[in-house]
Amino acid sequence: MAPPVTRRTGFSRRAQYTTFFGYVAGIAGAIVGVFFLFVSIYDHNAFAGLRGVAGDAVRPAAATAASGRSGGQSLIATIEGYFFAATKNAELTREAQVTRVKLVEARALAEENLRLKAVLGLMQEDPNPVAAARIVGSTSASTRRFATISAGSAQGVAIGMPVRSPMGLVGRVLEVGRNSSRVLLVTDTESVVPVRRASDGVPGFANGRGDGTLQIRLISLGINPLKKGDTFVTSGSGGLYRPGTAIAVVSELTRDGAIARVLSDPGATEFVVVEPLWNPARELPAPAVPQP
Amino acid sequence: MIAPHLQRQLTDPFRKTINREPLPLVAIGVPWLTVMLGTLSPTWPIIASAPVLPPLGFLFMLAWRQQRPGLLPVWAGLPLGLFDDLYSGQPFGSAVLLWSLAMLALDAVEVRFPWRNFVINWLEAAILIMAYLLFGLLFANAGGGSTPLRVIGPQAVISVLLYPLCGRLMALFDRFRLIPFRAID
Repeated sequence: MAPPVTRRTGFSRRAQYTTFFGYVAGIAGAIVGVFFLFVSIYDHNAFAGLRGVAGDAVRPAAATAASGRSGGQSLIATIEGYFFAATKNAELTREAQVTRVKLVEARALAEENLRLKAVLGLMQEDPNPVAAARIVGSTSASTRRFATISAGSAQGVAIGMPVRSPMGLVGRVLEVGRNSSRVLLVTDTESVVPVRRASDGVPGFANGRGDGTLQIRLISLGINPLKKGDTFVTSGSGGLYRPGTAIAVVSELTRDGAIARVLSDPGATEFVVVEPLWNPARELPAPAVPQP
Repeated sequence: MIAPHLQRQLTDPFRKTINREPLPLVAIGVPWLTVMLGTLSPTWPIIASAPVLPPLGFLFMLAWRQQRPGLLPVWAGLPLGLFDDLYSGQPFGSAVLLWSLAMLALDAVEVRFPWRNFVINWLEAAILIMAYLLFGLLFANAGGGSTPLRVIGPQAVISVLLYPLCGRLMALFDRFRLIPFRAID
């Protein structure tokens, strides 16, 4: 490639100044970047409004693109299906037999549950979802795991609300724009969800690992009681996530817990539901005012 | 008058390139537009549960800078990085800083090694891409994450391997950019 001539400005004053101020602006850009970075690291929400506007701006285009996503992914799944049809068939048949038995058991349990709840006088509360939305984007090039959904403050979405899909918990709302909002996915390393094992309620925390899996840490240390295939659901501690939402299945054991696969892979999820806060902070008692 | 001009062009295709020049808006705007489109890759219909997509905006900017030095000014990292920060999910300012530094670094390398070939360009880009991903990870972790280094391994490999392809793509856009649309009267 030929050496460029942009630096050799010759005797033209104009060209000299253009080059000089170009470099000044370039270095100034780096300094501005450092400033922005410091501000955003010390105050995470410093640029939330700006990002909200930006998310709203691309929402229509992104929503259109997202509607093509399920089609594209089902195509890959179809091709894949040809290669694994026989093994999958055998596996599913086996699973169906097991499931049929479990279903009957579950029905019995549900009836018993209903009866006991009636005895206790508890209300069966089913959350009315705040909004249904489409996942229109995710930060696929960054190590942070955020998704953008196509519902915002205009649809009643507020910060902190849990987001779930039919398969399980997806994350919680972090920033709200007018017609779009940003969701912290459960796989992000900043996300911590209180969980319990679905079968017997062993409590723990599910921490994102940034690569699509969760690290399950148990609260009570000791002999690791987990097994491959254990399902974890949200426990509802802390009051943010409604208890009983499925979240992950254990795929690998570690010394003090397990690594779990997220049930609702955001890549395979097209529609999500934003749920109201389970136990909003306003219901907490106000801090006692010290009497003078 | 567009209609007679088009008619003339259709009836006599050999006149097409004579007495024509590219539209200034297209010739200058296409590089910026392609980088911004690459930056919008988080809104593409791929929802990833791990960082797997290369930072396409950054790759496109490197490709333009290497193919057409001087077309994107040295300060292009500031506005383009600002746009990238809106969508990338990194702490705000991460791309402004890293893209500005990358532009300055490319400029410095160009002075040092004025005659380059494909391999040197690729090597230079590979080093910049890996440094970009590494610092991006550090900034993201400073902003609240705690992602281990191994997570960006696959992404780094994909990005470096995909870079020459991005270069070809930008070369395609470069040819489009210079199509002489406008007749000089």
